[in-house]
Amino acid sequence: MIEFTFWDILRNLVFATRWTVLLSAVAFAGGAAVGLLILFARISKQKWLRRFGSGYIALFQGTPLLMQLFLMFFGLPMLGFRIEPWTAAALGLTFYASAYLAEIWRGGVEALPLGQWDAGASLGLHRLQELRLVILPQAFAITRPPAVGFLVQLIKSTALTSIIGFEELLRTANAINNATFEPFTVYGLVAVIFFVLCYPLTQYARMLERKIPAH
Amino acid sequence: MGYSLDFGWLRDAAGAIAHGAMMTLFLIACTTVLGIVISILFAAARRSRYGILRKAVAVYVEMIRNTPFLVQLFFIYFGLPSIGIRLDPVVAAILAMTLNMAAYTTEIVGAGLDAVPKGQGEAAYALGLRPRQVFVKIILPQALKVIFPALISQVIIMMLESAVVSQIAVRELAHEADLLQARTFRSFETYFVVTLIYLALSMAIRRLFVAGGRRMLGAGVS
Repeated sequence: MIEFTFWDILRNLVFATRWTVLLSAVAFAGGAAVGLLILFARISKQKWLRRFGSGYIALFQGTPLLMQLFLMFFGLPMLGFRIEPWTAAALGLTFYASAYLAEIWRGGVEALPLGQWDAGASLGLHRLQELRLVILPQAFAITRPPAVGFLVQLIKSTALTSIIGFEELLRTANAINNATFEPFTVYGLVAVIFFVLCYPLTQYARMLERKIPAH
Repeated sequence: MGYSLDFGWLRDAAGAIAHGAMMTLFLIACTTVLGIVISILFAAARRSRYGILRKAVAVYVEMIRNTPFLVQLFFIYFGLPSIGIRLDPVVAAILAMTLNMAAYTTEIVGAGLDAVPKGQGEAAYALGLRPRQVFVKIILPQALKVIFPALISQVIIMMLESAVVSQIAVRELAHEADLLQARTFRSFETYFVVTLIYLALSMAIRRLFVAGGRRMLGAGVS
């Protein structure tokens, strides 16, 4: 029997937190990239692309993340990939994040006055240039508070990847709990660590919200 | 490759899946009722004269909103017994879901209360209504009307998040899926079907609430 002191537990948990942070960062970056494509589809001039975009968003926002992760975990091997918790977790959270980010940014694009498009067109910009130079910078700027708010949600969501076997904070906590039988301390500490990660971001989002004047 | 989809198991599994879906609906129904009652109380507390009450609600909201639901669930189900509070899985699930949802809906209800013009309350007082009548009959219905869409979204988000209570062996939809796939070895198909059921449930709940809201709160509810 190995004896765990409070500090052993804390050290192991803090050490496992890097996987939570890394997964959050990868999923947010990947989600932003895929989300941009979904955004383009969602605001496209082609009706079938808009349909696809809104269907994609409705699908990911209307089903549990846990089921999405399971489908990734069991679905990827069918396409010839090896079952790997890390891949399934990163891909699952990426698609999940892309749907939410696309929807947040769409709100930003639609909040801009139509004159912005007209002004872009009158300068001779074609649609992609309009988006890149005029529309998207403004849309990103006004949607920064909800995007940061979503990052908090994403960090919390990484806890679900423990269920498909990814060794992040909560899965490490489960293992420690099985060895020490101190669930109150272990899960209490996990909550504190998540709080330390999320609370500054929540405050940052709130600060941004106050700074941006309402339209 | 060489994997072919097989849905033949579905016929025998329909009963279990329906049972799980009923449990999910039961959980979210309890959570919605309790959560909304609590959030009305907490939103009122947040606006009370007593500083300590305002602080306590603020701390609760921040604590819940900045930690994962799954961790809260494990803390309640596995952690509380070590200080002598032992809960049935279903009770633990409803408690965790209610505490989680109320942290979000407290803010929503509060925003709704702030959106009702002050003159509404003053006019009601001038007509001789008692403070409680003013709140229940004048302020609250108007506030609910404003926040109804946000409230529906929150209920649906909670319903989807309730899939994780399968981890403490509550026999709801996701847990039935876990059991089925262990028996049939058709993991992908099982989770695929159950995912679609969750999608249908979330659409049905939205429809139901919009129809119910129109009836109770009048037109203009979307």
